[in-house]
Order: sequence, then structure tokens, then C-alpha cells
Amino acid sequence: MKFLHLILVNLRRKKTRTALTIGSFMVALFLFGVLMTIKTALGSGVDVAGANRLVVRNRVSLIQPLPIAYRDRILQVPHVTHATFATWFGGYYQDMKNFFPNFAIDVGSYRSVYPEYKFPEEQWRAFVEDREGCVISPPLAKKFGWKIGDRIPLTATIWTGTWEFNVRAIYNTDRKELTTPELWFHYDYLDERRTFFKGLVGWYVVSVDDPGNAVSVAAAIDERFGNSPWETKAETEKAFAAGFANQIGNIRLLILSIGSVVFFTLLLVTGNTMASAIRERSNELAVLKTIGMNDSTVLVLVMAESVIVAAMGGAAGLLLAKLFTLRGDPTGGMLQNFYFAPRFIALGFALALAAGAAAGILPAIGAMRLKIVDALRRV
Amino acid sequence: MVRIDGSGSGALVEIRSLDKKYRRGGEEIDVLRGLNLDVDQGEFVAFMGPSGSGKTTLLNLIGGLDTPTAGTVRIAREEISGLSGRRLAAWRARNIGFIFQMYNLIPVLTAFQNVQLPLLLTGLSKSERRAHVEAALELVGLSDRAKHYPRQLSGGQEQRVAIARAIVADPTILLCDEPTGDLDRASGDEILDIISRLSKEFKKTIFLVTHDPVAAKRAGTQLLLDKGTLLGRGAEGSSGPAPGDRRR
Repeated sequence: MKFLHLILVNLRRKKTRTALTIGSFMVALFLFGVLMTIKTALGSGVDVAGANRLVVRNRVSLIQPLPIAYRDRILQVPHVTHATFATWFGGYYQDMKNFFPNFAIDVGSYRSVYPEYKFPEEQWRAFVEDREGCVISPPLAKKFGWKIGDRIPLTATIWTGTWEFNVRAIYNTDRKELTTPELWFHYDYLDERRTFFKGLVGWYVVSVDDPGNAVSVAAAIDERFGNSPWETKAETEKAFAAGFANQIGNIRLLILSIGSVVFFTLLLVTGNTMASAIRERSNELAVLKTIGMNDSTVLVLVMAESVIVAAMGGAAGLLLAKLFTLRGDPTGGMLQNFYFAPRFIALGFALALAAGAAAGILPAIGAMRLKIVDALRRV
Repeated sequence: MVRIDGSGSGALVEIRSLDKKYRRGGEEIDVLRGLNLDVDQGEFVAFMGPSGSGKTTLLNLIGGLDTPTAGTVRIAREEISGLSGRRLAAWRARNIGFIFQMYNLIPVLTAFQNVQLPLLLTGLSKSERRAHVEAALELVGLSDRAKHYPRQLSGGQEQRVAIARAIVADPTILLCDEPTGDLDRASGDEILDIISRLSKEFKKTIFLVTHDPVAAKRAGTQLLLDKGTLLGRGAEGSSGPAPGDRRR
């Protein structure tokens, strides 16, 4: 700590250079923050998936439906405790850019499969009793300022016309990652009004008694509907979500690649900057050694400069990324859970410090090995 | 007492059979050859000689900045050429004060902060450090320039700050490498006055490397170095520049 002042004044001696180096870290960590948030958003389905739930869809593709009659047959499969279904609606509010997920659910069975969603009982009863009722999530309520009792018109994209819904319930959950902007409404209302696909549902969600039975139950369901006009593909909810996220490519690899290139470039830039700074000050370092500073302390001083630059730039970049993500999903619906989690902020800061240390290590070793007599002779 | 024949014993500085060779471009250069020197505490010794005669190298060896090729350097009965880098650094911090021709102050630190640097390596408290720095600056007559940066000081004032830095930790030995070489005569005389005072009043053991016979005359003993060998005492008042010597 006695040398902190010396470190700080050294950083201030070339303000432009220091500011640019801090800026490099800031941009890199901002990019890291946004990329990690995108990754989280795309993979959020995987994170929230229940270990004891299966998703059953049409074997051809997710957009192909399944008969509603399958529900009772699925419930007959051993180890299945509950089964519910939902159908994608795909409506938007006023403008396409206001898109958010909305789908029809089986009101009678949905909560038994998704117990993590909580409701005031009177709200849930009001929803059950109103055929045109809907449930919305807190972020959706906040986004459009909707409240219980509001009537919401959604323009259908698959079916025709404008459909109106009454907000009857707003769910709660302890799990922040579950609170994405979304709307549920009665399947019966959909099936009654639509002109085609009647009696068909989008997918089933099935609870099993033990996660250990999930794979065998999935195989049993697929076997049960094999060689039928509507063959199924059952998989764990986690596998389903991962497959859904991977439809746009290997996100993890993409983000890792971009991140690695950015950090490697950062290392080269900062390492070069630090090396220049130390070369310019070799005479001063020699003086410090002359008055009795040992090699280890010199090493720490130089490393500390690099790490402080990294910490300042990293903190600024992460703060900017956090502020950016606080504005919510910038795509209008593609990235529902656009949330920069604290664990990634901590990871980013640790990475920044590590990059700072790595960038400073070679110049620091050079400074440590500096021979006093040689350095003083260069004056 | 100063001896160059290796016959003394118990002196503060005891140098025996000191050799220093440098290798430049595949060629080995003998800088110091079989040098012996005994200097008692409180002596003020000036080294004179032509450029390349080994004056600064000898100073560096006494100060533990460089290691000899052969021979020994004992300071206060401690063989310093055998110390590890870490122990040598700690030894320098306790025993040696350096004064350079080009002052070598840290430009981004004030005079006070520059002088305080050696004390940051000690266990002194902040208030103790402040007291030491103020005393050192007062001794060199720069109490009113404590908050000035080196760029705000004249050359003579910068060198006085460098002297304050050299003495602030109260070292036994002061090594001065052409401390007046970059100054005009008046400023140089001020610096020499301070160094002389450190010798007389504070009984510091001082080694001064200089090309200037006027500066050398301030020392109690003047020694002439030529081709790495101590030739003997220069006659007081008559030790002019040796052949081939050039003033900067």
C-alpha cells in the first residue's frame, strides 16, 4: 500500500496511453458482458428446465401438431404423473416489434406440471372462469403497463383476425430466470375460434415420478405412438431446450471463439503498452533498485500497474454492459431472458484481472531482471 | 586512514585483489585489476582518472550495484559480493546513499515524495517518515521546495533533493558519481559544500568520483585510477586531469 501512490502517478504520467489501454479493457469486457447475456438468454430454456419433465412433440418438427387425444394415452404410460399441453399462438400487440411469446394452455392441467408458477388463488380462479381470460408475466405487465382487468387485443399471425383477452392473473415465481415477458390463455378459446387444426395441440409436457425414469418414459411414449400418423419425439425438457437453442448454431463455441480472440488481442495490446511504459522508465526502476528495492517488489509494482488498468477498464466495461442489459431485450422478443447475471459479472472481472496480470507479467519480469548498472548507463 | 596497498585491517571498507572484467562484442575488457583499498569510517575519498579508468565501476562495486569478477569487497566486515540479490538490496537500503550526476529523481513525484522513497522500504510510520524527510530537506536547504516537482527546480536544487534522498535513511556510506558534472560552478560549489558538511559534521564515509580537480580538493584523500589500477594518492591541489581525460 505504501507504493500505491507511486503506481497511480505512474499511470497518470501518460494519460492518453493509460486511457486508451483502459478503453481497450472496457470495450472487451462490455463485449464479454453482452455476449454472456445473449448466451444466457438463448440458453435460458436449458437453465430453467425441470429434471423430471419431458416434452413430447411431433417427430417431424415442432411446428407440426399432435392430437389432443394423446393426453389420456400418455397418462397411461407407467411413471407418468401429469400431462398437459400447449399450442403456440404467435400473436402480437399493435405492432410486430411488440412481439412476445403467447400460447394457449390446458387450464386444468398446466399448474400441476409447472408448480413453480405461483398465483393469488382468486386471480387464478378468475382466469379459469373467464374463457377469454389470460395470464401474463410481471415483465410483460411492466412493459406495457397492463394490470388485472385490462382487455388486450392481439393480432394473430397463424390464425386470422384480432383476438381479445382479459388480464385475469399475473404470476409470481421465486426464480428470476422464469420471469420472461409471456402470455397464456385458454386452449378451449383457441380451439373454438380457429378454423383449422381443430383438436390438435402444439406439444405435450409430461411429469414423471422420478427423474431417473425420464429416459425410459420418453422411449415408452415414442413407442406407443410409433407407426401412427402422428409419431412423437419425447425428450427431457433440458434436451428439448438445448436443441431449441442450438437451432441457430453452436452458441457456446461462437461466444468462446469471439471472446478468446478479443482477450488474446487485448493481451497483445496491453502487453505491448506495458512493455513500452517500462522501457521508458528503466532508469527510474534502476534508481528504485539502487535505493534498496528488491526484485520482487519491482515485479509486483509493474504487475500492479497492469492489473489496476485492467480492473478499471474491466469494471467500466462490465458496468456499461449491465446498464445496457437493464434496458431489456433489444431484439423485441428474440432474447426473452436478457439478464446479465452477477456470476458472469464476477467471472468477467476475474478474467479482466487475469488478462491484466498476464499482460503485465513479461514486462514485470523484464523489470525484475533489469541490471542496475546497465540501466543507469543508458541515461 | 586510507590505504591502497592491502596492508590495513579493520577498516570500514576493505577491498582485496578486486578484478572486474566486462565482455563487449566477444572481447574481454579488464576494467579493474587487482585493486586493494582500505578506508576507515568518516573518510572522504575522491577518485580521479581518465574516462574508462574504472572509477564508476569501483563505486558500483563498493555500493553493491555490481559484482566483482574476482576479489572481495567487505563493508563493516560483511562480504557483500557474496550476498544474494534480495539481501544485497536490503543491505544497500541500510548502508548506502547514492548521488548521481544526472540526479535521477522520479519526475512524477514531488521533492518530498522523492526523498521519502528510501524510507518506504523501512518499517517507519508515516509521521516518522515525514520527520526524516523534513530534516533531510532542511539540511540541504530545500524545506520550502518540498511540494515542487523536479521540473519546477533548477539543476542545483534537483541535486540537493537527490542528496536529501541519499541521506534520509542515514546511511553509513555516500557514493557520489560526478555530482557536479552537470552543474555550473556556483551550483556545483553549493553541492560540494553540502557533501563536505556531511563528511565533517555527520562523519559520513564519502566516495566521490569526479573529473574536476576543484571538486576533488574537497576530499581528504584523492586517489588516481588509471587502466583499472589505483596509482596512489593524487597530490592535493595539483591533481589535474590525467592524459586523455575529457570534461563533459
